[in-house]
Amino acid sequence: MKAIYNYIKEILQGIWTLLTGMRVTAKYFFTPWKHVTQQYPENRDTLKIADRFRGEVIMPHNENNEHKCTGCGICEINCPNGSIEIITKTLVNEEGKKKRAIDQHIYHLGMCTFCNLCIKACPTGAIVMGQRFEHAVWDRTLLTKVLNQPGSKIMEGVKE
Amino acid sequence: MAFNIYDFTTFTKSIHDGLSSQLSPTAVLAIEWTIVGLAYLLFVALFGLFLVYAERKVCAAFQQRLGPMRVGPWGLLQTIADFIKLLMKELITPKNADKFLYNLAPFIVIIVSFLVISVIPFAPGLVTFDFDIGIFFVTAVSSVGVIGILLAGWSSNNKYSLIGAMRSGAQIVSYELSVGLSLITMIILAGTMQISGIVEGQRDLWFIFKGHVPAVIAFFVFVIAGTAETNRGPFDLAEAESELTAGFHTEYSGIKFAFFFLAEYINLFIVAAMATTVFLGGWMPLHFGDFEGFNQIMDLIPGLFWFFFKVLAVMFLMMWFKWTFPRLRVDQILNLEWKYLLPINLFNILLMAAVVLFGLHF
Repeated sequence: MKAIYNYIKEILQGIWTLLTGMRVTAKYFFTPWKHVTQQYPENRDTLKIADRFRGEVIMPHNENNEHKCTGCGICEINCPNGSIEIITKTLVNEEGKKKRAIDQHIYHLGMCTFCNLCIKACPTGAIVMGQRFEHAVWDRTLLTKVLNQPGSKIMEGVKE
Repeated sequence: MAFNIYDFTTFTKSIHDGLSSQLSPTAVLAIEWTIVGLAYLLFVALFGLFLVYAERKVCAAFQQRLGPMRVGPWGLLQTIADFIKLLMKELITPKNADKFLYNLAPFIVIIVSFLVISVIPFAPGLVTFDFDIGIFFVTAVSSVGVIGILLAGWSSNNKYSLIGAMRSGAQIVSYELSVGLSLITMIILAGTMQISGIVEGQRDLWFIFKGHVPAVIAFFVFVIAGTAETNRGPFDLAEAESELTAGFHTEYSGIKFAFFFLAEYINLFIVAAMATTVFLGGWMPLHFGDFEGFNQIMDLIPGLFWFFFKVLAVMFLMMWFKWTFPRLRVDQILNLEWKYLLPINLFNILLMAAVVLFGLHF
């Protein structure tokens, strides 16, 4: 008797769980305006990319064309696949003191795996991940970028 | 030509009479066969294309996606583009395949589907064959389809195909029982195996209402077993992509693959159409006993529309659980059949017999 009771209970429980699942999909089906997919090229103008999306490594500059990069080269060391090359130059300030500065922060987008290690390692927060994701180009040399803008210099007060 | 959307008997008869007055009986028969064959081909091709599109859209909606949107407005031309692509593809035969059986298999599968479709009444007078043993014919012929699947798997010389075909064989042979038994349950209520008789018996009330509890159980058993018979999800382990690439049709390409694909969707239509015919009254409008006004309003909608409306509703149900439930393992599938569906079904036949014997139905 117990076995028959359990058998019937099992069937009813099974039906109940199946109906629960079907209720979930029915809710999805009858609320079609809540689609999670988007029509990409059409919605380019209104597209909102999440802040944490890792599109590319960028170096933010302020309005005076200044950045925070000291040229320390820690990002270059931390990059697991050598996408970053740091070329430094030596500046002499008014007091005649020599100081290292970034000349070219070269970033090979084609080799980057967007692992975020360079950003975590940067002691001054000079590089961040940008949200731009449309990286297709006709020539792969275009994927090699110089992150610091021409004529830019380091911000006041950024300590090494 | 007397064309009447409510009853096609006069329409078909006028064609027959028109031809008979001009030609010899043999020629009339040949021409009628050709017309019927072409009509079925056209119907299957167009409805197949529509079904593939519908399935993709419905599936997308269940998964909060949009589905095909690029080819034509709302992706309406997507399946036509896919079909053209399939037509232009090369037909590849694997090395060391059994060439004859390999080429034969898709035709067996699709011919079986066509055979079953021929007994389904679409509307009054719109049916090719009306046997005394219509239901028996359907169950008998639809089980031949498994031979095509087994041949496809065996002759492809591919381990995935073989495993898929064997799974499919085990599954179809088991679920054939449930399909047959659930139909027998309804035959007890209908008192006939002739499909036109079954539809006619539902003039006052559809069998699913007439037979109340046992009929509802039989309906759900039939839909579950029918889904398993057509190798559709969640019973699609014969072509489980993640394990067997595509199961028995892994090696097929181009139009031969399209045959398997089309046959799968025709089988979906057949299961839905059989469920409609046996449980939901076929082309019969929704009638409730003595409500004359209501019945007359329902009579205004032609039988053809009733039939397709009900078929699409059953198809929607099948798509609904296909895209909700995860795929069953092979042991779970056999458990479901032999431990649950079969005992329920046997008990249900007894219940239905008692209901009919004591006149407990409506």
